[in-house]
Order: sequence, then C-alpha cells, then structure tokens
Amino acid sequence: MDTLALEAKATGQEKKSSAPRPRPKPPKKAKRIVYFEVEIVDAKTKEKLLLLDKVEPTSTILDIKALFHKSNPQWYPARQSLRLDPKGKGLKDEDVLQTLPVGTTASFYFFDLGAQIAWGTVFLSECYGPLLIYLMFYFRLPFIYAPKYDFSSSKHWVVHLACMCHSFHYVKRILETLFIHRISHGTMPLRNIFKNCSYYWCFAAWMAYYINHPLYTPPYYGQQQVKTAVIIFLFCQVGNFSINITLRNLKCPGSKVKKIPHPTKNPFTWIFALVSCPNYTYELGSWMGFTVMTQCLPVAFFTIVGFVLMTVWARGKHRNYRKEFRDYPTLRSPILPFIL
Amino acid sequence: MASTEEDGSVEEKENNNKKRTKSAIAVAWLTFYNIAMTAGWLVLAIAMMRFYIQKGTHKGLYKSIARTLKFFQTIALVEVVHCAIGIVRTSVIVTGVQVCSRIFMVWFITNSIKQIQNEESVILFLAVWTFTEITRYSFYTFNLLNHLPYFIKWARYNMFIIMYPLGVAGELLTIYTALPYVRKTGMLSVRLPNKYNVSFDYYYFLVIVMLSYIPLFPQLYFHMLRQRRKVLLGEIIVEKDE
Repeated sequence: MDTLALEAKATGQEKKSSAPRPRPKPPKKAKRIVYFEVEIVDAKTKEKLLLLDKVEPTSTILDIKALFHKSNPQWYPARQSLRLDPKGKGLKDEDVLQTLPVGTTASFYFFDLGAQIAWGTVFLSECYGPLLIYLMFYFRLPFIYAPKYDFSSSKHWVVHLACMCHSFHYVKRILETLFIHRISHGTMPLRNIFKNCSYYWCFAAWMAYYINHPLYTPPYYGQQQVKTAVIIFLFCQVGNFSINITLRNLKCPGSKVKKIPHPTKNPFTWIFALVSCPNYTYELGSWMGFTVMTQCLPVAFFTIVGFVLMTVWARGKHRNYRKEFRDYPTLRSPILPFIL
Repeated sequence: MASTEEDGSVEEKENNNKKRTKSAIAVAWLTFYNIAMTAGWLVLAIAMMRFYIQKGTHKGLYKSIARTLKFFQTIALVEVVHCAIGIVRTSVIVTGVQVCSRIFMVWFITNSIKQIQNEESVILFLAVWTFTEITRYSFYTFNLLNHLPYFIKWARYNMFIIMYPLGVAGELLTIYTALPYVRKTGMLSVRLPNKYNVSFDYYYFLVIVMLSYIPLFPQLYFHMLRQRRKVLLGEIIVEKDE
C-alpha cells in the first residue's frame, strides 16, 4: 500500500484508481539501495558543517538543502548554494544525487548567498515606486515646487501625455510581473531590492521633477515631435508586451527546460530573427520615444544608463543561449540588430 | 578585474598565483612612469619650499606651481588605465575615485575659483599631496626594481594614518571656503527654463560632494589600513565575498 501511495503522490494524481492494477514485483534494485553519505563543508573555512547518512540516491539537491535547513534553521534553502568545487557554480535544486559525479560519500561545499528576497517582491516595489512618485510630481504635491504652484496643473498637453505614457509603462510592467513573467530563480539577494529601488525611484523623481516643473519648456518641434514620439513609444510598448507573451509561452509551468525563442505570427516578434533579447530592444525604443516626447535631458540620461545596463544583460543572455544550444541562429545579435 | 590584450602587451596570467608575470614592456613602462612622477612631485615640493623660503608667505604660492601641479596631477589618469588593463593589481574603482577626486580639486576648485587660491587650506592639502605622492611613487619605483628600502615601505604604510585625514581636512576646508564665491558667480550652473529641461546648481553639487566624503573617506581609509595590516604585519585577511 505504501508504494502505491508514493507513486500516486509522485504523479500528482488523485488516489482514485478504480481497479487496483496488479503491481509488478518491485525491481531487485529496491532491495539493494545504496544509500549515500552526504557531507556538507563550509566553502570558506572548510569546517565540516553536517554529516548525513542514509540519504536516498534519488534525493535531489533541494531535499538535501531542506535537511541542512533543519539542522541550521538560519540558512533556509533559498540562501544555500551547494557546490562540488568551492570555486565552482552552485548545483541546481533539481539535480539528483546519484547523477552527480560523486562517490557514495558526497562532499558538498556550502556557500551562504546571504538573505534572499522573492523576485516578485523586488520587481513590484521597483515598479510601484516610480508610478507613485511620478504622480506625486504630476499633481504637484506641496513641498516640491514653489507653494504658489501646489496642486496646479500644467498648461502643456505634452506634460499630461507624458504622465499617461509613464504611468501606462509602469502599470504594464506591474501586470506583466503579476501575470506573465516566469523567472527561473525564485529569489535574489536582499540587497538587490535596495539597489534596484534606489535606481528606479531616484531616476523617476529626477525625471518627473523636470517634466512637471512649472517652468517646463515643451519640445522644440512642437506637435510633430510629440506625435512621432508617442507613436514610437506605443509601438515599442506593444512590441515589448508581445515579446513577454512569447517568452512566457515558451516555458510550460513548472518545467525548467530552456527553449530558443522564435518569431511567431505576431509581427512584433519577427525581430527575434535578428535579436536575442528584443524585450530590451523595445524597452530602449520606448524610452527613446519618451525622451523625444519630453525633450528632457534627465530622461535622456536615464535612457542611456538603461541602455548600458540592458546591453550588459542582453549580452549575458546571448552568451548563455549560445552555450546552451549548438544550433543557435548565428544571425542574431544580443540587443541591436547587427550592431551590439 | 578586466584584463585585455591591448597595446600588444600580452600577459601570462597564472590564475592560481598571486604574482603575475608581467611583460618586460609593462615593467619598463611602469618603472619609467613612477620615476617620472616621483621626480615631478619632488620638483613641486622643492618649488613650494623655495617659494616659501624666498617670499616668506604662502600668498601667490599656488599660482607659481599651478601649471606643474595641473600637469602631474592630470597625468595620474593614466593609472586608471593601468588598473583597467591589468598591469597594476588594484581595483579600477578605488584608483578611479582617488584620481577623480584629485582632478576635481585641482581643475574644478582651485583652478576655477581664483579667490581661494591663497587660502591656508590649499597649502595644507598641497603639502599633504606632495608628501604622499613622493612616498607612493618612490615606493612603486623601488618595488618594481625589487630593491625596496624598508623606510619607504614604512612611510607609505604608516604616514597615511595622519596624512589622509589632514589632506581631507584641507580639501573640505577649501571647498567650504569656495562656496560663497560659487553662489555669487553662479558658475557652472544651469537654471530653468531652458530647452533641455534640466538644471544644475554647482553650489549644491559642492555641498553634496562635501557630504560624500563622509561615506567615501572611511572606505578608502580602511582599505589602506587593511593593506597596511597585510603588508607590514603579514596578516591574512579573509575577504568578504560579494
């Protein structure tokens, strides 16, 4: 009965199999399970932290992390990095013990990744911040500008348009974080939330201050400039959204299999033929549109800094793709077609 | 640390070895550079002392050495390149911050704000800089020639303990004295409205620079203290992994 229950749990099915199937005799291997011995050593001090014996050969790294967490409650599994080599990469949670190149006594080096925080929390805080901060400047809350301008409204329609675009961009990102994004790592180091939030919030405040300033100067080429810029902005927002949907559809829920993204029927995804990370390309395009729309130097600054960061990320992802897939299309560039 | 094959100087990096086998060209260039800089700062020191002995006052001293100072301090930018290409084993950021703060003081404070050039605080930091740089460059020179006299090593890793705070005091006092003149002339500032929708107030920028000494100075100071413990006392310091 026990083996039946285990089998049902493993396949995630309800235990409502009608006729009990005649169970084949358990394979001879089950009678001679070779239990592993696992030793966990601190990677820096080389001190032995834990010795586990009678570990199932089919247990995963995650199981071992859970056992380690039991004896060392301050290190929850998300902040543990177990490695075969102190200078190597952390082993994946789903790696099975018996498939690793270790003898029956496995020795893992433990590395503390530091306090961790869920990626969703970080993404949401870094998006809600700019959304609210910009609105504070838009509505000219007190203590920002001279008192006579408190709660006043700008007389330039481009300022209202900019507020709508900026807010739309961050609302879209919040919705994507909640419903669309699928990130492989569950957590990131805690200090990332401070780093990321400072970056987004400070830049948002800096941009919003000038765009919503009573002495704001509208773009030099007037209506033409604003209209062109808005079209670019919206085009790139739709593009970015299409890419995010495409990337989501690549991954089945729960599966960790990586696949190469390809152009789909949606014309906005055709850029996959030339670029590995078109979501960053479209993001850059959106901010360039926003810069032209507002003709504001701080926005240009933000666009440039963002471009540098996204290029670094895109090149990293591009490198990973090429390492992972032998047949990765060679025509693709990381972020800008043929250039970067 | 980034290390590329640039300028034809190919390096053999032994990853498990602390000492890198530098190419002969790199060693020759560094030796030349450090000797030149030692000489330059010695010239500055002697010029300053001569002026003071001859004139008996520090007024006009800055003006007499301004060109030499600007030249040798600006050339120090090359040290950031040394770190970037890997022929010097220091962090690019630490060197970058140090050199930039020097360049900033020379070009954007004492050079631009003529009224503060005769202040005592200027002489203070100039004296500190001269002493520190002579010690530092001669240390590097002798190190490269593998013939380091102990007193230079001692000076490099001990004098900074008082020199660094004194130098910072001189710099901060100079910036503080310069503030009213910046306010009055509105130099290097941009005000609204303008067609790029940006503003920059040099006065508040200087205030922020002064405040930034509070987190930055201890970091550099403790970095030097750690180096001192490693070099003079032979302590092995377990670096905190990022």
